[in-house]
Amino acid sequence: MSFVRLVLFFLGVLAALLLGWWAIVGLPESMLAKVAAPSGLKPYTQEQAAGRETYIREGCVYCHSQQPRPEGFGADQSRFWGRPSIAADYVYDTPHLLGTMRSGPDLFNVSVRRPDSVWHYEHLHDPRHLVPGSIMPRFPWLFDEGTSAPAPEGRVLVAYLLSLDHTYPITPHDTVESSP
Amino acid sequence: MTFGEDSRDPGGLRLNPAELVPGLDTGPGGPAGRPSAPDNRSVPSHEMDIRIPADVSAALPSAAYFTGAVFWLVIGSLLGFLSSLKFNSPDLLSATPMLTFGRVRPAHLNAVVYGWVSLAGAGMTVWMVGRLCRTPVRWTALLFLSALLWNAGLAAGTWWLIDGQSRGLEWLEYPRPAAVLIAAAYVLFALSMFRTFSARAVKHIYVSLWYILASLTWFPVLYLVANTFSYSGVAQAAMNWWYAHNLLTVWVSPLGLAGAYYFIPKIIGRPVYSYSLGVLGFWTFALFYNWNGLHHLVGGPLPTWAVSLSIAASLLMFIPVIAVAVNHHMTAFRHLGMVKRSPVLRFVVFGAVSYTLVSVQGSLEATRAVQEIVHFTHYTVGHAHLGVYAFASMVLFGAMYYIVPRLLMREWPSPWLIEFHFWTAAVGVMLFVVSLTFGGWLQGMAMAEEGVPFLDSVAVTVPYLWVRSGGGALMTLGNLVFALHFTWILITSAREGIRPVPEIHAAAGGR
Repeated sequence: MSFVRLVLFFLGVLAALLLGWWAIVGLPESMLAKVAAPSGLKPYTQEQAAGRETYIREGCVYCHSQQPRPEGFGADQSRFWGRPSIAADYVYDTPHLLGTMRSGPDLFNVSVRRPDSVWHYEHLHDPRHLVPGSIMPRFPWLFDEGTSAPAPEGRVLVAYLLSLDHTYPITPHDTVESSP
Repeated sequence: MTFGEDSRDPGGLRLNPAELVPGLDTGPGGPAGRPSAPDNRSVPSHEMDIRIPADVSAALPSAAYFTGAVFWLVIGSLLGFLSSLKFNSPDLLSATPMLTFGRVRPAHLNAVVYGWVSLAGAGMTVWMVGRLCRTPVRWTALLFLSALLWNAGLAAGTWWLIDGQSRGLEWLEYPRPAAVLIAAAYVLFALSMFRTFSARAVKHIYVSLWYILASLTWFPVLYLVANTFSYSGVAQAAMNWWYAHNLLTVWVSPLGLAGAYYFIPKIIGRPVYSYSLGVLGFWTFALFYNWNGLHHLVGGPLPTWAVSLSIAASLLMFIPVIAVAVNHHMTAFRHLGMVKRSPVLRFVVFGAVSYTLVSVQGSLEATRAVQEIVHFTHYTVGHAHLGVYAFASMVLFGAMYYIVPRLLMREWPSPWLIEFHFWTAAVGVMLFVVSLTFGGWLQGMAMAEEGVPFLDSVAVTVPYLWVRSGGGALMTLGNLVFALHFTWILITSAREGIRPVPEIHAAAGGR
């Protein structure tokens, strides 16, 4: 293989990778960067943000998605999991927690379905006590050993779960143009 | 070489002192896929003068990578098996934060992908590059340092995940210091490989080497970009899945394909079916595979056109997949008897067939109609294992069964254990994939059905998840046996020393 052909080989290979990046990451990002938070979406409080860290630490994302899908694509709407999410709903989310698995239900609007903190504490302490047939693990270390009262980590996690309500109204202004 | 035509040799496993180090150095099928002397003839001594230094130079670095690979295979298998059991019995070890599902599962994924597959792939690459460039491997000191840093990164990363310090991005969970260690290890590895390539004593570059060279160029860029840009929200999700899917594009798949392109023709002693298909397959692979990532976010809050681009690119993957399939299978299926006799070939051909299956499945899976059902289900987990285990890992097992005896100048102690490994791995992964494919499909159907309670989608998977654990148990058992066998050959070599090559060469009459 001549030197020129070798150079072309490496340039071609590199161009293929970067072209793909530009098309499915760079270009969408340049559009999404203009998205602002809808007026109904509040930044996380310190407590909620700490709870989000616990959510990440215990790997909740491996069983729970945070992206209700639109009518006609799956049955999310019939389960009252909330309106289809839009990019603007996620502006405060780093790392993103969209998720890829639904071994458990979608949690993007869980606090609308389960507004009661006591339910969440009992559920995290022993899921099968409240939901027979559930395959969610128990999280006993989020509670005090003796009294079963929630430990600080349990309290912040529930504060985060109760913050998951994205049912506020959105305007056309909030949705990103969906053509390039 | 006695492959195939000599009934004493099951094919690729036994070392024949008469030719000592087998192989056709410009590639298994000779230059440009043209026929050249098959392995089962004695190799002229000037050939040996090239191969021996190449193999000797690769011996210790490859062995170092392989040792790490086997260690992480064991760790990764155990973590994976535990994750699987937790679906059957959610209260199993659930009082210990370090062993909760949400920590064990990412530790499993990272250990098998960045540990087992990556290190075994690096070991295979080092040996193959020396052979394909017909020159000793250069800058081997870098390779030892690389193996050390790689393992250090894995150990730190695994510990941090178990300890609850994940970054929270799938496939990028390791905290930054661990990622930096692994990136540095990869760069050292790539430097040594490029240096060896630039010292090549061959004009023609064989197909396997195209995939390796492309991979060595791609991976550092991919890893750097994914770890550098700090996007948030949906843009971060796009970057996340561009990265995660491309890790297969730029690293796992090229390793498997390079191995299959090398070993199938080599052991059969016939050239690759078509050189032109090889070129077509490579460039379409490079072009289309990079655009696939967003099919992981179908139905999500991304611009629809971007997702559609990924779906279209996923369907275009039929072109490289069919090209590669014809090249591999036409070569292998004309010599099915040899596939039966040679354990190495059996592993590699099983992997090559799985590549075709997983790719066709993946292209169909990317379409909206199928995604509506199978997204968010165990179906995807089955698909992932069809790719990373049934394809990439099986090719790498075959490669190690072939290469290790040639590094240590010693045959595998027990052919029976190799048989055992093959059947546990093959049956195990089939049970795993088939059960999750059906179970995941039913789960998705229940989930997409209006009026069906969500818990029904959980309940329907229960029996299938038990079968999955059965398959996982077989895979884990086979992997443990493989690790034992590898440790055995390693300890024997350490105790008795590696026989110096010239000695065997002389014993063989200098041929």
